[in-house]
Amino acid sequence: MNSIYSPIIRDGLWKNNPALVQLLGLCPLLAVSNTVINGLGLGLATILTLVASNGLVSLLRQHIPDEARLPVFVLIIASIVTIIELSMNAWFHELYLILGIFIPLIVTNCAITGRAEAFASRNPVGPALVDGFMMGLGFTAVLVLLGAMRELIGMGTLFSEAHLMFGAAAKNLTIVVFDDYRGFLLALLPPGAFIGLGLIVALKNVIDARQKTASAETVVAVADPVAS
Amino acid sequence: MPLSRLSSPFLSGTNRVTLQMLQLLLALVPAVIAIVYFFGPSVLITMSLAIVVALLAEALMLKLRDRPLKPFLTDGSAIVTAALLAIALPPLAPWWLVVIGVLFAIIFAKHLYGGLGYNPFNPAMIAYVVLLISFPLEMTTWLPVTTLSEHPLDFSSAFQVIFTGQPGGSLTIDALSGATPLDAMKTQIGLLQIPSDIVNQPLFGLFGGKGWEWINILFGIGGLYLIYRRVISWHIPVAMMIGLTIISSITWILSPETTGSPLFHLLSGGTMLGAFFIATDPITAATTIKGRLVFGAGVGLLTYIIRIWGGYPDGIAFAVILMNMLVPLIDYYTQPKVYGAK
Repeated sequence: MNSIYSPIIRDGLWKNNPALVQLLGLCPLLAVSNTVINGLGLGLATILTLVASNGLVSLLRQHIPDEARLPVFVLIIASIVTIIELSMNAWFHELYLILGIFIPLIVTNCAITGRAEAFASRNPVGPALVDGFMMGLGFTAVLVLLGAMRELIGMGTLFSEAHLMFGAAAKNLTIVVFDDYRGFLLALLPPGAFIGLGLIVALKNVIDARQKTASAETVVAVADPVAS
Repeated sequence: MPLSRLSSPFLSGTNRVTLQMLQLLLALVPAVIAIVYFFGPSVLITMSLAIVVALLAEALMLKLRDRPLKPFLTDGSAIVTAALLAIALPPLAPWWLVVIGVLFAIIFAKHLYGGLGYNPFNPAMIAYVVLLISFPLEMTTWLPVTTLSEHPLDFSSAFQVIFTGQPGGSLTIDALSGATPLDAMKTQIGLLQIPSDIVNQPLFGLFGGKGWEWINILFGIGGLYLIYRRVISWHIPVAMMIGLTIISSITWILSPETTGSPLFHLLSGGTMLGAFFIATDPITAATTIKGRLVFGAGVGLLTYIIRIWGGYPDGIAFAVILMNMLVPLIDYYTQPKVYGAK
């Protein structure tokens, strides 16, 4: 059981992270990651869409003709996104207004079509659901991290406007990290998104490179006594 | 007698990059003296701070990238970047503005692209634009020239403004600051004043803005020295001035009541600094002869367009960066024909 799912989990969260490795879905990723809450809101919507679309595509994979698979995937994803959009409009109306066009645009998020094509249409429902959830989680993690970086540098706060998502009780969640901060506008503007994502991708590559050399050293250390 | 076997090159000079950078700094001196005369000594404080931060950031990045420190630290390129940025910044720029700008220029615009020789964009201009869009208030607070100011800035009050944000005494920054000629021209044209009347105001001098025209002329003289010493070629500055002159002449002839004269545009803002010292950067400008002409003309045109129809006070920095982006394309289409090729 564990052996089937652990590579899927590792792929989604780290090794094949949709935002950091596949670099898919950059349009919404870069556009709405200016605060933690915006990032989290779009991330959760993407997780829901990914899980639902992966599950449906996997269920229907025997019935979808190969030649017409992409239009069918898009139809499935578009229906799911419409449901999510209408629900957000009903329950998180203010957040919905802020995220605006990017909720319907989840339809065109290539990470979702990509997972439907690359994974869900070739695997049974269980792994497909896990894959959708883990890919969405990896995407959300990057969105929230990037949102936190940009919000902290741009406005000096964290979790501002948390009440849009968690209700009025969450108004106190906002953390003002720097008092009397002038704001570094560049971080909130589009260049800040590109520079921030570039730095996160670089950080991931550095960590990977370090781990590689570290594991190479352990292999050598293990191999040595055998050789002698 | 053993023959000494020599092969070319027979001339071995000092490090060419260092020499060029030193001459560039030398050519800036007259204009900097003029800036001190017209806007007070704060540019010297800003420049010293910028150079120190630039060298520290350069050393840090070289160390992180496992590059040798000495040849890159002594080539002077970081100092030139810092000096150009310091000249472009307004005289009342607080210290943190200078530090952020220099760090951005050296770390992001220069070393993340591979260091000296690999950066596609002019580092000083990237830093300027980053500061301008991030801190528009601080970046557009200019002083009026000393002769017009009721409170000319001396060394100690300049120091206080830069490091504490307060000019000392009962003065405030708002009492010190004033519009630049380019700004004044734009706002008053917006108020339906006629340019030929506007230039009679005390803010304006013989050809351009008061003070600004002499600073621009001295930048031009420094630039001629650079051309004479072959640090830069004449193509980019001349093409840029021609581009700016042509478009400003067209609009001036068509509608003299809504635009400044070509001479005003040539001698206002950062025109000459941009033409001779910034657009000519050997790393980020076009390299072919024809390409340099296209590049320079493009900078001139864009500068004018951004000045007149854009929302920012001067257009040099944006124009140079936009044209930097086009450099690979320009160089590709202006390859000179190899001798003998069809």
